[in-house]
Amino acid sequence: MSMLKITDLNVYYGSIHAVKGISFEVEEGEIVTLIGANGAGKSTTLNTVAGLLKPRSGNIEFEGQSLVGVPAHKMVSRGIALCPEGRRIFQDMTVRENLEMGAFTRSDSESLETRKRVYERFPRLKERRTQAGGTLSGGEQQMLAMGRALMSKPKLIMLDEPSMGLAPILVQEIFDIIKELNAQGTTILLVEQNASMALSIAHRAYVLETGRVSMSGDANDLLHDKRVQQAYLGG
Amino acid sequence: MGFLTNLINGISLGSVYAIIALGYTMVYGIAKMLNFAHGDVIMVGGYLCFISMTNLGLPPLVGVLLAVVGCTCLGIVVERLAYKPLRGAPSLAVLITAIGVSYFLQNSALLIWGANPKAFTSVIPLPSVSLFDGQLVISSVTIATVLVAIAVMVGLTLFTSRTKMGKAMRACSEDKGAAQLMGINVNSTISMVFAIGSGLAAIAGVLLCSAYPTLMPTTGSMPGIKAFTAAVLGGIGSIPGAALGGVLLGIIEIFAKAYLGTQFADAIVFAVLIVVLLIRPAGLLGKEIHEKV
Ligand SMILES: Nc1ncnc2c1ncn2[C@@H]1O[C@H](COP(=O)(O)OP(=O)(O)OP(=O)(O)O)[C@@H](O)[C@H]1O
Ligand SMILES: [Mg+2]
Repeated sequence: MSMLKITDLNVYYGSIHAVKGISFEVEEGEIVTLIGANGAGKSTTLNTVAGLLKPRSGNIEFEGQSLVGVPAHKMVSRGIALCPEGRRIFQDMTVRENLEMGAFTRSDSESLETRKRVYERFPRLKERRTQAGGTLSGGEQQMLAMGRALMSKPKLIMLDEPSMGLAPILVQEIFDIIKELNAQGTTILLVEQNASMALSIAHRAYVLETGRVSMSGDANDLLHDKRVQQAYLGG
Repeated sequence: MGFLTNLINGISLGSVYAIIALGYTMVYGIAKMLNFAHGDVIMVGGYLCFISMTNLGLPPLVGVLLAVVGCTCLGIVVERLAYKPLRGAPSLAVLITAIGVSYFLQNSALLIWGANPKAFTSVIPLPSVSLFDGQLVISSVTIATVLVAIAVMVGLTLFTSRTKMGKAMRACSEDKGAAQLMGINVNSTISMVFAIGSGLAAIAGVLLCSAYPTLMPTTGSMPGIKAFTAAVLGGIGSIPGAALGGVLLGIIEIFAKAYLGTQFADAIVFAVLIVVLLIRPAGLLGKEIHEKV
């Protein structure tokens, strides 16, 4: 049984049909990536799984249970965390408070314990723990956003363009961390513009085109597919 | 001594404005709406305390407690019935609803308690303090008001900086979507803020009526507007801003009354607001709002 199973999902913004009957699956322990051009519906899909948007139709199943109608704030306790597009860290709150919010549904002692782990993984965050989130650099903000998502100890973490706006060396660092998280047992659903990087770390991939899945398969196969190379890998 | 007396009275009146303004500013911060009915909750608090003391013969402290509990519930109910259904609606619709709620509360009070002013007995049955051989007399209500305002400020600061719910409130004020992703129930957090704001309004109402002991259905309007002005002056959404704005406004009002006459006082208060907003559009302690491009 798949961990996450999306079937024929349709999402609208008013009359705009943004996601048009998408289906895909994520198995436990996998890194699955959704790639596609701007406006393909990647963020819409993740936000719908996270409960921030309501689908018009279709089904979302997580560990065999339907997520449709489950409010967004109940998702973390089910084991799902979304690291949203644009990071959306709390600018006026300190690094530590941001992390505390990530563990909102957990006890203080669990929160403290996980925060230690997050600081070990991101020593920069520890150095800056009393600094306001809004004063961090772009790379640090991305680390904070990921650290915050990890604070709930999710089974599935969804990352929406974690490499956006980062220098190449930081992009590499972020992707290394994603691989590491996965190696330690977290299932990952990754949305990326940086298709070559995403395909190189993912197990499987789905290509989204204007709200539909146009191709899917083994990430390595797609990385070497002519059409994918032409459309998303710059040649 | 006249100067000192005025200053003390100004700080005391300003403390009441500050307590009311805190409610305005916290509700604005999280719900991004101006709750124009906030002033009328003050009035309801006054009546609840009045009834408890005068009609039911309960001790003042119990009266205050009942007023706080009553107004807290009122705040939650009003939010649930009038504002929650409008979440995401245009702000004009929300504003008009708030004005509607304000009229509803005033007219309900008129219906229940009548138009005749009630003579409110102070909830602080202590004698005035006399200093400098009786040249400076400070009423016990004046002192109590300042102390309560300080306690409220300290309490709220600790609440928002130390407790999980307080931090959740700040998180919701910044980004409701992200807050939900953390597992924070945004609806109940907004409810909580209305509850706190309304409870504070009840305290302000009781203190105000103890200092200016006439109580009628419109008692809350003017202090409500002044406190709103104070919140804007200090920077709407900012908790220290509301406190600063409130105290400044109280001082300005009392001094204007003393030196320029009662008729001028309110005009001066609003003139100060306009001048401050011309120089600092976000208010004294408000954050500059960066337009997103
Ligand atoms: N809030 C909104 N209101 C109306 N339309 C929207 C809204 N958000 C997204 N859309 C539309 O829905 C479609 C899918 O958008 P979405 O943000 O999911 O794309 P995306 O694949 O994440 O793109 P990007 O790579 O640029 O982040 C687009 O056509 C977009 O214009
Ligand atoms: Mg997107």
